[in-house]
Amino acid sequence: MLRFIARRTLLAVPSLLGLLIITFVMIRLVPADPAAALAGDNATPEQVAQIRAQYGLDQPLPVQFLKYLSDVARFDFGDSVYSSRPVAIDIVQRLPATLELTFAALFLATALGIPLGVVAALNHNRWPDFVLRIVSIGGVALATFWIAIMFQLLFAMKLDWLPLRGRSSVGISFAGGPTGFLMLDALLKGRLDVFWDAFRHLVLPALTLSLGGIATITRFTRAGVLDTMQKDFVTYERAVGYPHRRLVWVYVLRNSVVASVTQIGLLFGSLIAGAVVVESIFDWPGLGSYTVNAILTADFKVMLAVTLLVGVIYAAVNILTDIVHGLIDPRLRDQA
Amino acid sequence: MLILKKFAQDKSAVIGFAIVVAVVFIAVFGPWLAPYPQDATMSHLTRRLRPPSWAFPFGTDNLGRDILSRVILGARGALKVSLLVVGASMAIGVPLGLAAGYSRGWLSEAIMRVTDVFLALPQLILALALAQLMGPSLESAMIALVATYWPFFTRIVYAETRRLRASLFVDALEGLGASPTRIVFLHILPNAASPIIVRATIGLGFTILVAATLGFLGMGATPPDPDWGLAISQSRTFLPGAWWYATFPGLAILVTVLGFNLLGDGLRDIMDPRLRRSR
Amino acid sequence: MTAPPVLDVADLRVSIRGDEGIAKILDHISFRLERGRILGIVGESGCGKSTLIKSVLGILSSGARIERGEIRFEGENLLAMGDKRLNREIRGSRIGFIPQDPYLALNPVFTVGAQLLEIMRWHAPKSVRNHREHLIALLRRVQLPDPEAALDRYPHQFSGGQRQRLVIAGALACAPTLIVADEPTTALDVTTQGQILVLLRELVEEFGLSMLFVTHDLGVVAELCDDLCVIYAGQSVETGPTVQVLREPAHPYTRALLACHPDRSEHFTGIPGLVPSPLKAPPGCRFAPRCTSARPACPERPPHYVAAGQGHAVDCILHEGSGA
Repeated sequence: MLRFIARRTLLAVPSLLGLLIITFVMIRLVPADPAAALAGDNATPEQVAQIRAQYGLDQPLPVQFLKYLSDVARFDFGDSVYSSRPVAIDIVQRLPATLELTFAALFLATALGIPLGVVAALNHNRWPDFVLRIVSIGGVALATFWIAIMFQLLFAMKLDWLPLRGRSSVGISFAGGPTGFLMLDALLKGRLDVFWDAFRHLVLPALTLSLGGIATITRFTRAGVLDTMQKDFVTYERAVGYPHRRLVWVYVLRNSVVASVTQIGLLFGSLIAGAVVVESIFDWPGLGSYTVNAILTADFKVMLAVTLLVGVIYAAVNILTDIVHGLIDPRLRDQA
Repeated sequence: MLILKKFAQDKSAVIGFAIVVAVVFIAVFGPWLAPYPQDATMSHLTRRLRPPSWAFPFGTDNLGRDILSRVILGARGALKVSLLVVGASMAIGVPLGLAAGYSRGWLSEAIMRVTDVFLALPQLILALALAQLMGPSLESAMIALVATYWPFFTRIVYAETRRLRASLFVDALEGLGASPTRIVFLHILPNAASPIIVRATIGLGFTILVAATLGFLGMGATPPDPDWGLAISQSRTFLPGAWWYATFPGLAILVTVLGFNLLGDGLRDIMDPRLRRSR
Repeated sequence: MTAPPVLDVADLRVSIRGDEGIAKILDHISFRLERGRILGIVGESGCGKSTLIKSVLGILSSGARIERGEIRFEGENLLAMGDKRLNREIRGSRIGFIPQDPYLALNPVFTVGAQLLEIMRWHAPKSVRNHREHLIALLRRVQLPDPEAALDRYPHQFSGGQRQRLVIAGALACAPTLIVADEPTTALDVTTQGQILVLLRELVEEFGLSMLFVTHDLGVVAELCDDLCVIYAGQSVETGPTVQVLREPAHPYTRALLACHPDRSEHFTGIPGLVPSPLKAPPGCRFAPRCTSARPACPERPPHYVAAGQGHAVDCILHEGSGA
């Protein structure tokens, strides 16, 4: 198993290197004058020249690339124009909020998508299947930013059931805790009021973010279950009288979720992208809203750091997905 | 004929097809269909933010413009962007996929590694960043979308080409002395057509969605374009009062994308039995 | 009063609704399995053997329908029994099942122990430890090496013969009276096949079982089965004690089948013609179009057995009125 993990991790190295090259090319070549872009719109020619020297932009490209690599390796991305603090610190501070949101969405997508997919498969070609199919294709067709606004309009503005924006209410004083996950920290410190407040703030953004995922996981679970139901071992399990419910929800499902796990892994990437939109609409103080602000204010250092971070997370999730595959399917483990 | 019959039996594919036809019709004849075609640019400050009524079925926006007309007029832009983006992505991705799938050795490896890296990039963030780097405009948004969408075609075409190349008929053609170009374009490409068409159909819907997101974030269409994403972005200041302002452009996006997805899903079932959803 | 037969299938007809219409997969299947005996069901692939097994176990797919007939198990009509009771009391407990290919029949992502214990846990409410010990004893009886460790391993980690022993133990787990075996030796090499057949014979005697042994291989039937029933295109054409049927085959199809068998003829002689589609099968004998002794009445004659000897019955017009 350890060898399996090591091999998978090594496979990710070329992609990460490629990511570094692409981002380097992007910041170096896409703007006509990167120094001018870095200096901002209102910089004087002297300032631009100073920045050019400061960033080594007057050096040959290979030297610049090496400097870029060493900066990245030291997590030195410079200061954010927007917050005028080191980008790396901003990211570390904002990452937990984004992770809390994406994990919540991932949990919702899995907890709802898998059962819905099983129900659709069990009712193959009957009306629940048809309805779920339209709904799941519709779920992928939803514009995240629109459904976010619709949820705000209905549940926050009109019905006033849930807060409109933010991660916690203004009046609440809470120092935070070791995990950075507000709900978890609140529980750890026994602050049920904070927990409930954080939960209420999390519902709408997490639900918005999860809709596409629910749809995707429903579809793949359905296909996986239908596929598995054709297998000989299901006939055997029926022939020896396995209880029907356990047959479907344990024995068939565990075989079917292999495909779904791949989707959950891929989903994580799209959730992070979705978080950009959702966070900026719900004013969620995470990396997504930070990124949007950076893009709108042309804060290139932040954009660069976030792109790299997302690429790394994406690669890590892919490795994790393969490991989970190995855990579910013993045959894969023995191959490695 | 059999394909048409199977298609006609697939209810959701037929619904998708009908929606797509309707959207194309509206995009082409929009200026004649819209009740107030001049509202693409003209504002009427005397009738701002009117709720839906017989005169304005979708209400009016903050500049007094008829939202129904602007939704109708927006179809053309949305469709144009997605057709251009998907077309350009195919023009880049398909030849690369063919080359990578047909050749062996370093060329194939190089193309596929680059493709993998591009697939691993966060699409929306990259598109936003590129759009900002090149200056926010519809054109940079489109270039950014192409830069992030072509790898999907390369992947599919690569897999198909590999499969077909391993099949017997390509060996036979090579034995007969057919040139690689001839084999690739006359024999492999037509056989790889169905997954490309399916991907392109779904891609059209997907591109409309991402382009609308870029427009919403201010990185795509610019005022006073009747863009759906832009309209939703502008409506936020006037919520919850003017609910219709945000609702109807969003519904237009939903229905259009749903149409392309249903159609693409149905096409996949018909054209590619190996990927059947109902196996 | 004599005890009822363990399994008594009478005039069974099963149809499956498909895209092209309704197919009568089984039409007039009749046979009896007496206590303590092994009955071989012989037929070519596609003759409806697996549909027959699924009918007996009550696990037909949703498109299939039993149109008429009875399946009596120890005197009780299984077709009249609710699925809940079937699942709880019959399948896997009073009727054990040995599948055709144990590699495909075992769930690849669960340990063997989990799968076999699941059968027992549901049918005999006892403690897990009791079940485990009982199962290990059974595995030892079917000569599986290192039975304790085997329970924690996965199906792909066993050889073909070992997997077959595992599912045999699974069939025995809840002390059944009847075992249904679906071509349990076809996936194995000849040596292992022989060992498994010997094991099955021993187990039948040792545990006082009766066995329904479904196969396409007359050689295996000759070796193992006390009685046999020949099926052609969903119809049972002949049944009787193995020795007698093989010595004096009464149905033209049985004769043709025996003639095809490499042990019995010098040259391979096939049967001319094709198996008819069950979609448009004639109401009478389905073998008639290929039969060299067919008469004009054959396709219309309603299927029924006529006696052809002691315990030997045949469904053929040629024996009408000639038998005892």
